[in-house]
Amino acid sequence: MSKFETVIGLEVHVELKTNSKIFCGCSTDFGAPSNSHTCPICLGHPGVLPVLNKEAVDFSMRAAMALNCEINREQYFDRKNYFYPDNPKAYQISQLDKPIGEHGWIEIEVNGEKKKIGITRLHLEEDAGKSTHAADGSLVDLNRQGTPLMEIVSEPDIRTPEEAYAYLEKLKAIIQYTGVSDCKMEEGSLRCDANISIRPVGQKEFGTKTELKNLNSFAFVQKGLEHEEKRQEEEILNGGEILQETRRFDEKSNKTILMRVKEGSDDYRYFPDPDLVRLSVSEEWIEKVRSEIPELPDARKARYVSEFGLPSYDAGVLTASIKMADFFEEGVKEKADPKMLSNWLMGEVSAFLNNGSKEIDETPLTPVNLAKMIKLIEDGTISSKIAKKVFKEMIENGGDPETIVKEKGLVQISDEGAIREFVVAVLDRNPQSIEDFKNGKDKAIGFLVGQVMKETKGKANPPLVNKLIAEELKKR
Amino acid sequence: MSLLEKKVSELHDLLHKKEVSVMDLVDASYARIGQVEDKVKSFLTLNEEHARQQARELDDVLAGSPGERILAGLPIALKDNISTKGLRTTSGSKILSNFDPIYDATVARKLYEAGAITIGKLNMDEFAMGSSNENSGYHVTKNPWNTDYVPGGSSGGSAASVAAGEVLFSLGSDTGGSIRQPAAYCGVVGLKPTYGLVSRFGLIAFASSLDQIGPITRTVEDNAYLLQAIAGHDHMDSTSANVEVPDYQTAFTGDIKGLRIAVPKEYLAEGVDPAVKEKVLDALKALEGQGATWEEVSLPHSKYALATYYLLSSSEASANLSRFDGVRYGVRSDNSENLLDLYKNSRSEGFGDEVKRRIMLGTFALSSGYYDAYYKKAQKVRTLIKNDFEQVFNHYDVIIGPTTPTTAFKIGEKTNDPLTMYANDILTIPVNLAGVPAISVPCGFSNGLPVGLQIIGKHFDESTIYRVASVFEQATEHHKAKPQL
Amino acid sequence: MSRISKDQVKHVAHLARLSVSEEEVDMFTEQLDAIIGFAEELNELDTENIEPTTHVLELKNVLREDTVRESVSREDALKNAPEQRDGQFKVPKAF
Repeated sequence: MSKFETVIGLEVHVELKTNSKIFCGCSTDFGAPSNSHTCPICLGHPGVLPVLNKEAVDFSMRAAMALNCEINREQYFDRKNYFYPDNPKAYQISQLDKPIGEHGWIEIEVNGEKKKIGITRLHLEEDAGKSTHAADGSLVDLNRQGTPLMEIVSEPDIRTPEEAYAYLEKLKAIIQYTGVSDCKMEEGSLRCDANISIRPVGQKEFGTKTELKNLNSFAFVQKGLEHEEKRQEEEILNGGEILQETRRFDEKSNKTILMRVKEGSDDYRYFPDPDLVRLSVSEEWIEKVRSEIPELPDARKARYVSEFGLPSYDAGVLTASIKMADFFEEGVKEKADPKMLSNWLMGEVSAFLNNGSKEIDETPLTPVNLAKMIKLIEDGTISSKIAKKVFKEMIENGGDPETIVKEKGLVQISDEGAIREFVVAVLDRNPQSIEDFKNGKDKAIGFLVGQVMKETKGKANPPLVNKLIAEELKKR
Repeated sequence: MSLLEKKVSELHDLLHKKEVSVMDLVDASYARIGQVEDKVKSFLTLNEEHARQQARELDDVLAGSPGERILAGLPIALKDNISTKGLRTTSGSKILSNFDPIYDATVARKLYEAGAITIGKLNMDEFAMGSSNENSGYHVTKNPWNTDYVPGGSSGGSAASVAAGEVLFSLGSDTGGSIRQPAAYCGVVGLKPTYGLVSRFGLIAFASSLDQIGPITRTVEDNAYLLQAIAGHDHMDSTSANVEVPDYQTAFTGDIKGLRIAVPKEYLAEGVDPAVKEKVLDALKALEGQGATWEEVSLPHSKYALATYYLLSSSEASANLSRFDGVRYGVRSDNSENLLDLYKNSRSEGFGDEVKRRIMLGTFALSSGYYDAYYKKAQKVRTLIKNDFEQVFNHYDVIIGPTTPTTAFKIGEKTNDPLTMYANDILTIPVNLAGVPAISVPCGFSNGLPVGLQIIGKHFDESTIYRVASVFEQATEHHKAKPQL
Repeated sequence: MSRISKDQVKHVAHLARLSVSEEEVDMFTEQLDAIIGFAEELNELDTENIEPTTHVLELKNVLREDTVRESVSREDALKNAPEQRDGQFKVPKAF
């Protein structure tokens, strides 16, 4: 048992999927040629002025409410001053004193235990451009500059790297449910920095914290925190001192590496942006946004348990991603058996997606087709084994399962006479197995079933094969 | 009489009757520039080729008729902090000496649509920081009435070019008096509109909460025509007011009977040149003669306006001017091995001392530990100053005083002491802090240099200002005087 | 007593990304000290219960609809760039 307690706080940046940027009309589409989605405003040309995108405000309020935040009724934007090539005005328009929302929380579950993690604040700001570093300098693309960005700051309530992981998963799920962001870490639409410190158990004051940056996945957040926790403990036990540092996680060595030591606090010289006017959020506005919040993960999970009789664990897995959950519901609408559908989604589908790091909507598989396939299993048209072949075709190339079954000749043989012929032929060729069976070796049946399935290319109805082998064996 | 000494309405008529062509006006403008520019030095950039092309097009397409567009074909020049697409815009700074804007300011677009012809871009104090044009990164514009004297600033080129007859009218910008003070020094009419009346989109920002673009003209009537063309809501400027713009020409009733004038005692206190004070009192007498009444009032927080203004404007400027970093546009220093050098060298080589001084002051006022004591304190005092004006306007229609405490000073006279220089704006600054409109109209001379009368109105009540200014103008001969160049 | 020290002037210059010579530090220290001293006359006023003014007009909720407007051409975006490469702005390395 460690003598230390870990304290973790997370800062998460989430890009909103508005059509246009937060202060100008340029498109927010990802992946355009560098600097082609720019205009005098997001380039920070002399004389330009910002005009706030209403959707960005609506979206961030929706997310804030979904995270149980209180919405500030009077808000304004501040200028945060710092020089950097991808920050064209040398100030970022952000919110300091009056953010969109404050005092929120989300509930996480780790090892079966539930815990609330506080959310200090959620504020709206503009994203910066992108710098790429070359040997002889840096290159700056301002396409991303001005994309609306939410910064979500947690309370230092997180005690383990595992909780940090669960917090991020939950936060991402909730935001995806609200529909305001894709939360794609690989495209940078969700980014995470972590603050971590340790203190002797029982001590009230926080220890000196270090900040982990450039964390490219939730798994790396967890690993980075695990390493950092250990490093800080060793440092202290060896009589060393923790410095206020910014560190990054090196994925190859599984270690955190010092980027820079912070000297004093940064002086961003925040002040209210005189180019923007205040936001006054009425009760009607809040209620309108509230009405746009869809059912959130926890509510859906509970409903899946009560409505479809799914085990709580299964319901939790399905609802962790809105795409998976929506797929499930579509499938159920198509009359697929919920439990079977859930098993397929958690089993074969998830395995396929994890393998290729894909989302379910990035495959040609549709809920209608998966539901049809499950019905084909239920009515005995195909066996579960054949179903895996059909499924592979469906998720790789798409298509209607009935057509696939027909075209590939995969229809299950359930005709007793036909199967009996195969059974008799197999028994004839395997006298040794019959002998074994008579000597009490039950395994021999398995071998015989396998032979029949092989002969029928897997299409024989397995229960029927079993039944007929038993009958034919008795005759011998 | 030169064509450009005529009024807007007269030139419009002449164009309409085809007695003159647009090209005649453009020719007249460049001819006058050829004659006097060496002495006055109002311009930073001329737009001759494009202006002539535009004149030809207008003459051809409209067959010389300006149609309903009152400003069509009339030569104008713009202060060089107004963005003009494809026409170099420097804001008076070396750091933008090569800057070729990729968009038009809203006012530039509106003027283009109105058919006005941009003759060139006018000199100014660098980033509009200054009261004499001596802070221009290029050269010092001279006062057309006496070229040993400053034209005022920061819109010195805008006022001098109109006074010298190089253009019919011009646009300036006013953050703490930068239209009215040079208008007063050069004997022309300059209006700072209500904050929010004219779009700031494309105005290179100095202090965003104070900056306004406004017209500089030789007559009050012309001033109203020019304001009409540029005023109005702009969806590109969040601080632009969504108000109905009245027809300012209907303001010229010639009737000010019963008008209640407030004269702040602080505006005629010590520090105001006795000769200036005398001209203002003469003007009040003239207005009384037209049926107005005046009383002395107090704007008790006036003495705090200067400090408030310098803290707020410098703070805002420190952020507004950070974008000039040598990365995307403007001049980049050649001697930079790393990024920090690039920033520091480009900015230090590109900015002049006054700009650096204000950036430093603003950075300090916003920095950690000082924000509340300086910046926030100044914002609160701004509220008190604004309230002073509201109190007075509860009982009076306009406030009148001098535009400046003195007439123009000699070039080089005040360059060594920033505080003395700042004191020049003591009577104009409170107006910007309160956001109200104010005009400067000529009201006489002292030692051969013009004196300006400042008429301050209620928010969005430019019409009353114009009415009073016009009655005064018509009742006196001051506007008829011309500098000898 | 001086209201602003030379070290503060140097720090402020760094924050503002201005390089200043020792002579300039002296000059700015003296001038800023005078201006700040002058500004301190605001302390004569009790502003305890006064709201700060950021905007003189009572404007609020100025918002635009979320519609995409055409961007400028890449050529225009990069037209004034002191240095560019591969359609991007180029700057020296940080260190």
